[in-house]
Amino acid sequence: MTAVAAPTLSKEQLLDAYRVMRTIREFEERLHREFATGEIPGFVHLYAGEEAIAAGIIGQLNHDDYVASTHRGHGHAIAKGCDVVGMMAEIYGKKTGICHGKGGSMHIADLDQGMLGANGIVGGGPPLVCGVGLTAKVKGTQQVGVSFTGDGGSNQGTFLEALNLASAWHLPCIFVVENNGYAEATSSAFHQAGVDVAKRADGFGMPGVVVDGFDFFAVHEVAGEAIARARSGGGPTLIECKVGRYYGHFEGDQQTYRAPNEVEDLRRQRDCLDAFARRVTGAGLLEQADLDAIDASVAELIDRSVVEAKAAPDPTPDDVLTDVYVSY
Amino acid sequence: MTMRTITFQQAINEALAQEMGRDETVVLFGEDVVGGSGAPGEDDAWGGVLGITKGLYGQYPSRVLDTPISESAFIGAAAGAAASGLRPVVELMFVDFMGVCLDQIFNQAGKFRYMFGGKAVTPMVVRTMFGAGIRAASQHSQALYPVFTHFPGLKVVVPSTPYDAKGLLTQAIRDDDPVIFLEHKVLYTLEGDVPEEPYAIPFGEAEIVREGDDVTVVALGRMVHLAAQAAASLDGVEVELIDPRTTSPLDLETIVESVENTGRLVVVDEANPRCGLAADIIAQVTAEAFDSLKAAPRMVTPPHTPVPFSPVLEDAYVPSPDKIAEAIRATTGSPAPA
Repeated sequence: MTAVAAPTLSKEQLLDAYRVMRTIREFEERLHREFATGEIPGFVHLYAGEEAIAAGIIGQLNHDDYVASTHRGHGHAIAKGCDVVGMMAEIYGKKTGICHGKGGSMHIADLDQGMLGANGIVGGGPPLVCGVGLTAKVKGTQQVGVSFTGDGGSNQGTFLEALNLASAWHLPCIFVVENNGYAEATSSAFHQAGVDVAKRADGFGMPGVVVDGFDFFAVHEVAGEAIARARSGGGPTLIECKVGRYYGHFEGDQQTYRAPNEVEDLRRQRDCLDAFARRVTGAGLLEQADLDAIDASVAELIDRSVVEAKAAPDPTPDDVLTDVYVSY
Repeated sequence: MTMRTITFQQAINEALAQEMGRDETVVLFGEDVVGGSGAPGEDDAWGGVLGITKGLYGQYPSRVLDTPISESAFIGAAAGAAASGLRPVVELMFVDFMGVCLDQIFNQAGKFRYMFGGKAVTPMVVRTMFGAGIRAASQHSQALYPVFTHFPGLKVVVPSTPYDAKGLLTQAIRDDDPVIFLEHKVLYTLEGDVPEEPYAIPFGEAEIVREGDDVTVVALGRMVHLAAQAAASLDGVEVELIDPRTTSPLDLETIVESVENTGRLVVVDEANPRCGLAADIIAQVTAEAFDSLKAAPRMVTPPHTPVPFSPVLEDAYVPSPDKIAEAIRATTGSPAPA
């Protein structure tokens, strides 16, 4: 897990990557504060700390590629291009939300953006992207499907079955494990047999890679190889990103299972945005002023998203009956 | 329309072949639907465990795929393929295997459209064999259509004739919602008149199998045939036999209209009695047509047990024409034959 050499990304790509990471961070930090006020209904699982993975992988996908996400899905949705204002309204349960208030945080989706949904079922996504891979193969397109699971999801049968199916059918799929060290409150040191999930790839005849999930450039590099392999007919790849989350399993989780300074240390020593900023400014690829400008515009966007979400109309009770079927 | 007599199984195969020919986004996969992939013998050796899909691989080799024995993965893949532009027809060999892949059906495919605010279109068909009668025992014999019917977002089809099997499967493949298509294994060899040309039968339209004014009998799948035998055996009781053909949507209107005329209702259901189709139909009809009822509605179902193996036990388990006739007589107040 060594840092990769000087990145070959263009200035525009670097700015985009930083904007995605900053947008996710601001979105999640703001949700953390707003959730505490009691105004947000339901369950919210925050992605803060893991932004380099979404930006490093999804940032390289095309518009017509697909992503299947997890219950911790806001970051993947933002990286795939879902409308941030619509997402915030969705989390507030409003009619203007991207799912019209029918989905909420755990089912944020926008198929027009290739976002197959956050998923309330742990391990729900990997079989779905096998289907995306099949679509690409049957139609002869260059599309790829990328599923995300946590270390917890990597123990589900669906995950292991999907690895086997994708490899047996030679599908253009990428399986990403965001190993943040915890399946809810249970440590991966306890629940995960074997040190690296990535090693399970060997058993399914596909490459498995471990990467530092805090390091955007490292993630970007391994994802680039996996995407190229998938698009060129080389089959699936398993990528395990070792990472950590800044908040609990869900908002409201007191995290008493974690070490007293664990999150503080992560924020101080492993923050993906800080590391990115140091790299790009140190190498003279971007100016601090470029980053400051993004920070300001993202802060404005997130602020606006919350103001609009709070002001947006609720669904009407009659809406409970719509969109069950295309026709019935 | 060019009619000829073919079997239920041939009708299904023909619908698949015709729709695959009509629409190149239709793909077919499941365990051994080719049968022999990667093996040294014949390609297309099995064509499905009972040969239902035989010959399709030869016609469309890139769109008929064997899968690992891995229902969660391949039924989930059907949902993902449907959401991304294909029309998969996936085979769940026995409906009893739903236990290992139900999440993919009801939490994923069945809810995409609703959860995603109406944006998702998931046109997939799960073809699956069900039913008792061939001594296949507890894990290969159940009639689990009420479970699927319970879930909003799914459509559920239970054909009883070769004609309906072809027309309803054609509709299922063309339909834009996820459809569970349940094939009673005892009916595969049943013969009937079926047009050669493609045709689609709309969902939610019951078939009135025979008309009568004394009692309404509702039956599904294989039970339609047993109920017809029962009706034919009764002297002096005119039975109106209704086959809903789809349990979701359910053509309640046709059933209610019939009960408003007959005042009596018997529902024959091969599913378990608790929370089954019979209970559901009786509850709905009672709410709609209580004032028309002249007698308490009756249901004829198996006992609330797993499906047994031994022929004596299985024959005692499945509703028989005699039991159906007995329920009809009871609801009409007719005496049992001497």
